[in-house]
Amino acid sequence: MTSTAPSVETVFTARRITKVYHMGEVDVHALRGVDLELYAGEFVVLLGPSGSGKSTLLNILGGLDVPSSGEVFYRDRQLTQFDDAALTRYRREHVGFVFQFYNLIPSLTARENVGLITEIARNPMKPAEALELVDLGKRLDHFPAQMSGGEQQRVAIARAVAKRPDVLLCDEPTGALDVHTGVLVLEAIQKINTELKTTTVVITHNAVIAEMADRVIHLSGGEITGVDVNARKRPASELNW
Amino acid sequence: MFIAPLDRKMFRDLWHMRGLAAAISVVMGCGIALFILSRSMLHSLELTQQTYYDRYNFADVFASIKRAPDELINRIAKIPAVAIAERRIVVPVNLTVPGLDEPASGRLISVPNVGRPRLNQLYLRRGRWLTPRSDDEVLASEAFVDANQMEVGDTFSAVINGRMKELQIAGVVLSPEYIYEIKPGGIVPDNRHFGIFWMNEEALQLAFDMDGAFNDLSIKLMRGANVEDVIQRVDNLIEPYGGLGAFDRRDQLSHQFIDNEIEQNRNMGLFAPSIFLGVSAFLINVVMSRTINSQREQIAALKAFGYSNLEVGWHYIKSVLLIAAIALAIGIPAGAWFGWLVTGMYARLFHFPVFLFRIYPSVLVAAGGVAASAAVLGAIGSVSRAVRLPPAEAMRPEPPAGFGPTILERMGIGHFVPPIALMVVRQLERHPIKTGFSTLAISLAVAVLVIGNFFQDSIDYMMNAQFHWVQRFDLSVAMTDPVSDRAMYELASMPGVMRCEPTRSVSARIRAGARNRRVGIRGIEPDSTLYGLVDMDGRETPLPPHGLLVSKKLAEVLNVNVGDWVEMEVLTDKRPKRRVMIAATLKDFVGLSAYMDLEELRRIMLEGQVVNGVNMEVDPAYQDALYRELKETPAIATVMVKQHSIDSFNDTIAKNLGVMKRINLIFACIIAAGVVYNSARISLSERSRELATLRVIGFTRQEISSILLGELAIVTLLAIPIGLGLGTFFAWWMCTAFDQELFRFPMVVSNRTYAWASLVVIAASAVSGLLVRRNLDHLDLVAVLKSRE
Repeated sequence: MTSTAPSVETVFTARRITKVYHMGEVDVHALRGVDLELYAGEFVVLLGPSGSGKSTLLNILGGLDVPSSGEVFYRDRQLTQFDDAALTRYRREHVGFVFQFYNLIPSLTARENVGLITEIARNPMKPAEALELVDLGKRLDHFPAQMSGGEQQRVAIARAVAKRPDVLLCDEPTGALDVHTGVLVLEAIQKINTELKTTTVVITHNAVIAEMADRVIHLSGGEITGVDVNARKRPASELNW
Repeated sequence: MFIAPLDRKMFRDLWHMRGLAAAISVVMGCGIALFILSRSMLHSLELTQQTYYDRYNFADVFASIKRAPDELINRIAKIPAVAIAERRIVVPVNLTVPGLDEPASGRLISVPNVGRPRLNQLYLRRGRWLTPRSDDEVLASEAFVDANQMEVGDTFSAVINGRMKELQIAGVVLSPEYIYEIKPGGIVPDNRHFGIFWMNEEALQLAFDMDGAFNDLSIKLMRGANVEDVIQRVDNLIEPYGGLGAFDRRDQLSHQFIDNEIEQNRNMGLFAPSIFLGVSAFLINVVMSRTINSQREQIAALKAFGYSNLEVGWHYIKSVLLIAAIALAIGIPAGAWFGWLVTGMYARLFHFPVFLFRIYPSVLVAAGGVAASAAVLGAIGSVSRAVRLPPAEAMRPEPPAGFGPTILERMGIGHFVPPIALMVVRQLERHPIKTGFSTLAISLAVAVLVIGNFFQDSIDYMMNAQFHWVQRFDLSVAMTDPVSDRAMYELASMPGVMRCEPTRSVSARIRAGARNRRVGIRGIEPDSTLYGLVDMDGRETPLPPHGLLVSKKLAEVLNVNVGDWVEMEVLTDKRPKRRVMIAATLKDFVGLSAYMDLEELRRIMLEGQVVNGVNMEVDPAYQDALYRELKETPAIATVMVKQHSIDSFNDTIAKNLGVMKRINLIFACIIAAGVVYNSARISLSERSRELATLRVIGFTRQEISSILLGELAIVTLLAIPIGLGLGTFFAWWMCTAFDQELFRFPMVVSNRTYAWASLVVIAASAVSGLLVRRNLDHLDLVAVLKSRE
């Protein structure tokens, strides 16, 4: 296993985490003992087919879910010992999420959707500033229904980064988009990673996207099957699938 | 103005579902309006009664006497605990009122020659007080003056001491003693034919040979006095002078009626608001469940970004509180408006110097609390589900609903049922609780209609029974004093009189152990055809040859059964005291009655062929001539013309009932429409994808409408029998609750009421179903299929 320079700070450490869902009479093992470290400022792609456990892993890192066993550390704090209120605080202060289906509030405009987050964050950007970052400075007062899928996803990215999070977690951010708009969205994510130095984790089943990462972690059947380090990160604009 | 984004979301969400929110607000607003109406009306009545009584010194104890010397009042005043004792003369009179062919009657009450009465003071509404020593001026009760469209300065005639005397109305007054004016023996007020008049004492003393004497007294007690003890002492003092037994406010007719009304308001006032608030809580529950289900991903996103459970919960609670606030905005003015309507009704019934409907701040606060509680109660289940929703879980769309074979398939007839019908039945079966509640809510609308009309049915039945089965006479006269039954033959020879039957009524106290009641005992002939002893069920009870036949309610009050012996103490004439048996009971409607065989009563009274009342059947063709003769017959105290009671009833009670019925109808329609519209809208939003899919694969509008409307139709049709049952149950419950000494309501619900309730609800359902169907016609097929649920 290759690792980045030791001088770089470790943001996440996961030790032997498992996750079992009880679906009626069957137990679904989503994660079967995953060990993992993520470093400050890096761009990581979790690559794997659907059902490989990547969303579960991301949710656990983001404090949306808790593992059935094992330990997860965010810097020096053990997430697995947090109660619900502490997890809420953790998400509020440190994590930015981007979801496959955007999860915008349809009754709020772009600016208001971002405002929803800056409202509760400690040191947020102005909503307009965050939307400017994703090139939506001209669509501030549009409702989700008045925007294309790519625009909606970029609003979601602006919403995620407006609080200046320590980590940006993206779950299939281009899953619902065509290539052209997908690339625009990935460009926005890449820009956040390079300009704000935000540790970024992107989940995808699209191998092409892996080419823009510092590291690619392969998941299958709830286990990490390999980690690749990209010698050269390709800019999102060069990607095509 | 800065509005937090989450609050903007709330406002926009509410605007998006404005139809639903409006429907709920209106239903809840009705509940609030009724709540405010009933509570404020109760407070207003209580306060008005209290201030009126206090300010005008309404007496605590009353007594009538045959004739007592003036100095007796001083002895009564010396009874410990008596604060004020006042004597007066009260006499019944026959009247001739301009514009009235038929005889009217009244009561003349004396006021001191100098100064004003100390007890039961009068409120001078118009005109002036009596000229001292005048013998031809009266103060007249407002009810009588208004009913006869008379004014200050008008005159009428009264038979005073056998001579017709012209009296002029000097002033129009109100008295705390006659807030509700009712003729003795009457069941509804007849203000045209019965009035109360106050006259100088001296004039009455001269006219009725009462010089230095009085025949009526009122007593004001000191605080904390023992009423029973005072009554006992008064009775001892007045007995030698023909005292009729003292009684306290509980037996004072006008007070009884008002207390009855207040009690009714207190006990029943919260029933209707509870129904509306319950239904609105249910509607909120349905809407919030749906909203929160459809916003699972939004909730998850909020939580993912660090909104706490509390913040998410509060966001939704705030939105239902906003609905409650709108309901209050509707309900408070509506409550004030109903208050104004009902105040008008009370003004027709009761005569208060001032009766203001006021909405008390405490009631408003309570209304706010009630509205907020109903809203939160309705929302709490789904909101707590939203709060508990783990954020990761919420990100996944709601799992597809589990469907199973329906009752139709289990019964093995599934194959014969078209697929659309199967979809309808499956949908209903999948949400048994929701289906159950929708059914219950609509059935409450049916029940509200049943109850509203039940009162009409019950009162119609009661009036029909009273006026046709019990009072089979056309006219009933009461004599000032018992007379030989020869007088009856004189009456029988008057023009148009076809049949006469004698009655002998005495006032008596009936004692059974520690309990006692002052009642009138009516002696009638066993083969009487003009007076029927008919119970609530229309069954005739034969008059027992010996002993008493009493109202079932009287037996209850005295805690006696048929076969028990009671002590009957007659309060008039020779005041005989006898032990008599309760021979039978009668489940009657009005008051506490006691009947006895005429001959047996005469034996007890130790008198011969004496009567003091005659029931008559008359030929209407001769009624004018008959009225003229009756007016000139001195021995007659009052003439009761049955038709006048019926007219007066139709004029007051029936009118008031009409108002209530219309209010009820509006409310029931609101509940029915609110529930059906709500269910339909929710179904539509839950299933627009499914319905659009069906349209895309080739189903017609008609067919998909029938899926949605089919559900509503089934729920409505299920609700109707349940609602009819529920309404009947409520009606029965109200009959039990209204079981009072003054009135008892028969449990009668007509088929017309059932049909009416069903039809109104079906119509309300149909209208709201069609409203929703319009939305269905505009279903955007492409958009619905594209957007992810």
